[in-house]
Amino acid sequence: MLALDKVSKRFGGLLVLEDVSFAVPKGCVFGLIGPNGAGKTTVFNLVTGLIAPTGGAITFGGVSLIGKKPHRITRLGIARTFQNIRVFKEMTLRENVVVGMHTHLDYGVPQWLFSLPGYRGAERRAAERAEELLSWVGLGGRASDVADNLSYGGQRRLELARALATEPSMLLLDEPVAGMNSGEKDELMAVIGRIVSRGYTVFLIEHDMGFVMGLCERIAVINFGRVIAEGPPEAIRSDPAVIEAYLGREE
Amino acid sequence: MSNWLDTFWAIYSNLVLTIGINALLALSIWLTLSCGLLAMANAAFMGLGAYTASLLTMDAGAPFPVAVLAGVALPTVVALIVGLPTLRLSGVYLAMATLGFGEVVRIALLNADSLTGGALGLSGIPQLTQWWHVVLAILVVLLVLRQLRRSRIGRALEAIKEDQVAASLMGVDVMAHKMLAFALGAAIAGLAGALSAHLSSYIGPGEFGFDRGVDILTMTIFGGIGGLTGPVLGAAVITVLPELLRSFRDYRTMINGAILVLVVLFLPKGLWDPARMRSWFGRRPSYAPTIVADSPSAPEPR
Repeated sequence: MLALDKVSKRFGGLLVLEDVSFAVPKGCVFGLIGPNGAGKTTVFNLVTGLIAPTGGAITFGGVSLIGKKPHRITRLGIARTFQNIRVFKEMTLRENVVVGMHTHLDYGVPQWLFSLPGYRGAERRAAERAEELLSWVGLGGRASDVADNLSYGGQRRLELARALATEPSMLLLDEPVAGMNSGEKDELMAVIGRIVSRGYTVFLIEHDMGFVMGLCERIAVINFGRVIAEGPPEAIRSDPAVIEAYLGREE
Repeated sequence: MSNWLDTFWAIYSNLVLTIGINALLALSIWLTLSCGLLAMANAAFMGLGAYTASLLTMDAGAPFPVAVLAGVALPTVVALIVGLPTLRLSGVYLAMATLGFGEVVRIALLNADSLTGGALGLSGIPQLTQWWHVVLAILVVLLVLRQLRRSRIGRALEAIKEDQVAASLMGVDVMAHKMLAFALGAAIAGLAGALSAHLSSYIGPGEFGFDRGVDILTMTIFGGIGGLTGPVLGAAVITVLPELLRSFRDYRTMINGAILVLVVLFLPKGLWDPARMRSWFGRRPSYAPTIVADSPSAPEPR
């Protein structure tokens, strides 16, 4: 579904990604792991159009993503969450999620100007859908709370609900369980598992090995901007290059 | 009773209508602030609207509605042209660029002697603005902005104000929305300019410069940027104050600056802040705008 082909990214003299190639198949849970600073979030930023690659190709369902603005890429079916949480703090949970539905609320100027039934119906359906998505992530019944009042874990789950609201075919999750205790991690793992079973493709970055090994069907390992291994969890777990990257080599 | 009203109106009609004009200006800058744009160009757009409408009524003998329409249309078109390069900037840089644009307009008006009367300005503009024109303008603008806030566009603007990267990744076309806010703000400022010119019968290039820009900004920020009541309230207070305090008139710009600093320090959401008022009066604060679908009879918090 998503294919990166010999992608490289250079910031001035700093080569952050080099010759990165892998593919995320449809319906798969794909993990991207690697030490801090390896270039993982840069991959996400390239895919979502926040920055442009210096070389290589990125395609989604056969369509090239290069040169497209972020909101266009979202409309193609890619949604993401952020490493440092970016919820809309002063809006309610419901409002946050409904922002994600922006593209799908297709009423015109006369509709909202005169509060016509088309507008009212669309807004009501949006609020209902928002409450549904909030309950998927375990925030049901709190739709009118202000986002800033949520716990850290709650805000991460809100981001997930908001991303789902864009009706994506693929979710990019950037360190979804960072900073959570093991109970919260298990809960979120179950939530993501349920989401996957609904047919979404999930592409995630994470550091927690238990989480990644438990959830992902395929994993790519990146170190110093290069892919050093790719395959199912068992293969990655025992790959010498991966072990060296994380644990170092015996001298 | 009606005698008192007549006397009041005879003395204060100009003041009341000026409050109305300033309310329009405050609302115009509120709109750009509502998506996080500190755009200081609305005084210039007001000037463009004022001059366009006045030249049409005076020199071309155009009927008043046509002149006002042109006074709205020209600043909008200029805003669309100017917005394209400048709205990529943010924060202070946008403020600087728009202030620069304002200066360009002021100097252009000053130097286009043959057209605009240069430093002497235009006098003898027919006093065609009736009180109900101003009231109608305010009501229409308030209605449009209120409906806008409740629509997906209003929600997108607020999301952009909070975090424009996150908004764009949720499918919001950030540039298009910023252009909309900027251009619509310019249209409202142009309307205020056209009406104001035909109220005071004289306009000069000095009226639409930096001082006016700070004035408008002060009204909005002082009144409160949370909703539509704030700018109108701020306009009323800041317009009336010089009438009550003679010394205020002489040091207006300085006092505006002081008000801005004090508001930012102590009342960041301005005077009219429903959340703070609710917490003072003991009710549970909830300071997010409600969607129509929240509940059929929920009162609009702001």
